[in-house]
Amino acid sequence: MRYLPLTREDRVDMLARVGVADVEALFADIPADKRLAGDLDLPRRKSEMEVGRLLSNLAAKNVAAGSVPFFVGAGAYKHHVPASVDHLIQRSEFLTSYTPYQAEIAQGTLQYIFEFQTQVAALTAMDAANASMYDGSTAAAEAALMAHRVTGRSKAVLSGGLHPHYAEVVRAASLAGGEAVVSLPPDVFAREDLAATIDSETSCVLVQNPDVFGNLRDLSQLAAICKEKGALLVAVFTEAVSLGLVEPPGAMGADIVVGEGQSIGNALNFGGPYVGLFAAKEKYLRQMPGRLCGQTVDAEGRRSFVLTLSTREQHIRRDRATSNICTNSGLCALAFTIHLSLLGETGLRRLARINHANAVDLADRLAAVNGVEVLTKTFFNEFTIRIPADAAGVVERMAQRGVLGGVPISRLLPGQGLDDLILVASTEINTEADRGALADALQGAF
Amino acid sequence: MMNRPERLTEGRPTQGRPTQTGEAARSEIDTFTGNRALALEEGLIFEIGRAEVTGVDLDEPAPFTDRLGGLARKAALGLPGLSEPEAMRHYVRLSQKNYSIDAGLYPLGSCTMKHNPRLNEALARLPGFADIHPLQPQSTVQGALELMEELARWLLALTGMEAIAMSPKAGAHGEACGMMAIKAAIAAKGEGATRKIVLVPDSAHGTNPASATRIGFEIRSVPARADGTVDAAEVRRRLGPDVAAIMLTNPNTCGLFEKDIVAIAEVVHEAGAYFYCDGANFNAIMGKARPGDLGVDAMHINLHKTFSTPHGGGGPGAGPVALSAQLAPFAPLPFLRRDDNGLRLIEQASEAPQSIGRMSAFHGQMGMFVRALAYMLSHGADGLRQASEDAVLSANYIRASLADLLSQPFGDKLCMHEALFDDAWLKPTGLTTLDFAKALIDEGYHPMTIYFPLVVHGAMLIEPTESESKASLDLFIATMRDLAFAALRGETERFLAAPFHAPRRRLDETGAARRPILKWTKPVAE
Repeated sequence: MRYLPLTREDRVDMLARVGVADVEALFADIPADKRLAGDLDLPRRKSEMEVGRLLSNLAAKNVAAGSVPFFVGAGAYKHHVPASVDHLIQRSEFLTSYTPYQAEIAQGTLQYIFEFQTQVAALTAMDAANASMYDGSTAAAEAALMAHRVTGRSKAVLSGGLHPHYAEVVRAASLAGGEAVVSLPPDVFAREDLAATIDSETSCVLVQNPDVFGNLRDLSQLAAICKEKGALLVAVFTEAVSLGLVEPPGAMGADIVVGEGQSIGNALNFGGPYVGLFAAKEKYLRQMPGRLCGQTVDAEGRRSFVLTLSTREQHIRRDRATSNICTNSGLCALAFTIHLSLLGETGLRRLARINHANAVDLADRLAAVNGVEVLTKTFFNEFTIRIPADAAGVVERMAQRGVLGGVPISRLLPGQGLDDLILVASTEINTEADRGALADALQGAF
Repeated sequence: MMNRPERLTEGRPTQGRPTQTGEAARSEIDTFTGNRALALEEGLIFEIGRAEVTGVDLDEPAPFTDRLGGLARKAALGLPGLSEPEAMRHYVRLSQKNYSIDAGLYPLGSCTMKHNPRLNEALARLPGFADIHPLQPQSTVQGALELMEELARWLLALTGMEAIAMSPKAGAHGEACGMMAIKAAIAAKGEGATRKIVLVPDSAHGTNPASATRIGFEIRSVPARADGTVDAAEVRRRLGPDVAAIMLTNPNTCGLFEKDIVAIAEVVHEAGAYFYCDGANFNAIMGKARPGDLGVDAMHINLHKTFSTPHGGGGPGAGPVALSAQLAPFAPLPFLRRDDNGLRLIEQASEAPQSIGRMSAFHGQMGMFVRALAYMLSHGADGLRQASEDAVLSANYIRASLADLLSQPFGDKLCMHEALFDDAWLKPTGLTTLDFAKALIDEGYHPMTIYFPLVVHGAMLIEPTESESKASLDLFIATMRDLAFAALRGETERFLAAPFHAPRRRLDETGAARRPILKWTKPVAE
């Protein structure tokens, strides 16, 4: 087998050194009646060529985003990622290293985490960021738990503009731990009164900006009310590129900011792996979940980096840790930080403007389609339209005609009477022809 | 440095002017740049980059009226940009400061640092897998769903379990998922108010107690016997109507198979509790034994350990959870169902009323699924069994080759896929496990896992995996022996200030924690 270097002779020699007659003797502690006699009923080994053929055949059955006019968003966005990003993250020293426990031989990983933390803090306008979470949704759940620890309260209020899947993740994690969750009804037009829901048991309010329907929200007033009532404002985003153009949550007074970093540096990957971003005010630092990388010096006084404040973490604190997270999204965070370093301030702002311009153009084109109404008045690169037909059916019919035209809201929020809404995203990948194709496909699909 | 009688010279050039230790000392001379030949110092992107530079060419959009409703960003971000050549150089230089499995033996116990086949990387990047959206119509992603189904089939065959939850994103996330399913099952039986305790051995990974308490359980610890394994009688003594589950790692973190496991499962089940198995060490028993046959109710599988998806410097991982028939109804959303129209993701609670809900926004770590399935298909049933056998044989080979010098906490006996030593043998030298580990860095090795499991004093946990050739194992053993002899001879200077040859010497970790600097800030001009 091509991945196994030991030869038959090696094994014989090694067994002799160990002092056993055969390899089965090494497994003697497994109860004999539970030990498998032969091989499992699974195929035998395959060559690289055969495996490549099998999986390529499966891949070919899927419609790749890049092969069609593509407008699907709702928490994952297709952006152009420079070729150098994927090359760099495949460097052996990044790809095949472990969590940087031995800092002297992991400075590469530690330095990029330090740079990543700095970039995330800058993007969100917050004091400090951690080394990454699994994805935006799990980061949101961790933020609610952190707010409970900080405030000593245990009720999270979830905005009706929070991505429904995020709300479900927060709900599942909170209910399992015995904490309360109040979810507001779907808020297509960003009209809900979140402030009115905050009481003396509320530890935090989770609100997304841009929200899941695309609306931009000014969080400053809500932040002030949260502060007054002793609750934390947790700002959530699912499209990191928006932070290049839109007022960042930190500037609006958020206490904790969490979000999905996929759209910078990372492919769609059918939902994962992604990279959760997590930032907070400095005063809450010791309640943060996840790994933190800090600057220090080595014995020769040289600037160095090391994992720090680890007394918060599971491997030290065990049942009293701030989180159970161990493995996070290191390599996705690397892709994020490389892409963002390439973009820089200038590139990110321009990329964000292009996204917004494309979405504005698309909104105008779709508004011109007979029967289509654009519901979202202020947005970044995604907005909600109403059509005079069942949205799921229309999206399916457009797909049959080679246009992936958005997400029917009913897929996220079934049974809520929102069956005629489609969430449409437009990024820099969409050409004018693509946008025209969507308008045409939509026209023809109902 | 003192002379080392066992120093390796075989295969190395011995002609020409020999390098003397005195010259080695002089090689530490300061350079203008701070570089040492190929060891290149590298600044931070904030020091190299400039706000006006970008490495991505984009055209400014034509003038348009924005729809930001007055919420445009006001302040600058303060982000530097790098041109592509600058970025390449920056990250290549950073990469060169890392150790990696591709560069050498990485014997981190409990971490299973095995070879990462590049076929798997290539396949995960096929547009049909990497460039598909989790919410595009399911009719357009049938191949992806088939891949998930096939991976689930392999995992179920290997574990002998009933169902598999694919969405957990790492081991600890899988633990939380499994324990949530157990909690839901207990609640469904009307015992939610009484069963609050989870039994966890002291040798467990820290994630186990952290995962259990996070979802509202309390921990009751279980001691191990003198032989390092858990006694079913001790478990029985701690069971009662207040116990929800036991969390046990098998093989355990001491590298030993829990030989009472069937009896433990029986007493746990008799008491109305569930058996969660931490599957971090599954690499020892693939194709040799199935957790389902041993009485396990839930077990996560670290695809990033056992099935070789790369660790990436700390993730991403993937932690699917295998569930017994009793726990299957509580599996998280979404999950796959096959009907006349093909495969379909069940995404809504209305179709799965007992489900614990969602663990993450989408369907799991697809990129890891592709890699793991490619790994499984490449090995086949025969190759996976061989991999486990080789991993266990290699660990025992190392153990047997060091047993006369290093001390074993539970006596000189066979281990599974990792060999555990303690620091009793180091005591007379005044050196610590940490010193020994740091000296190993100078020899070109990533140290073993140290100070874990916590129940063993000064633990050194060595997991070579099946990926090492005999020559590689022999060199590692010879190195370990040489270091051990040096320590026992009192050559403490080789250890106390080690590493000498790494990109950095020992770091001031206390200072880092006392005054945390977690991001770069612009230096203030004096």
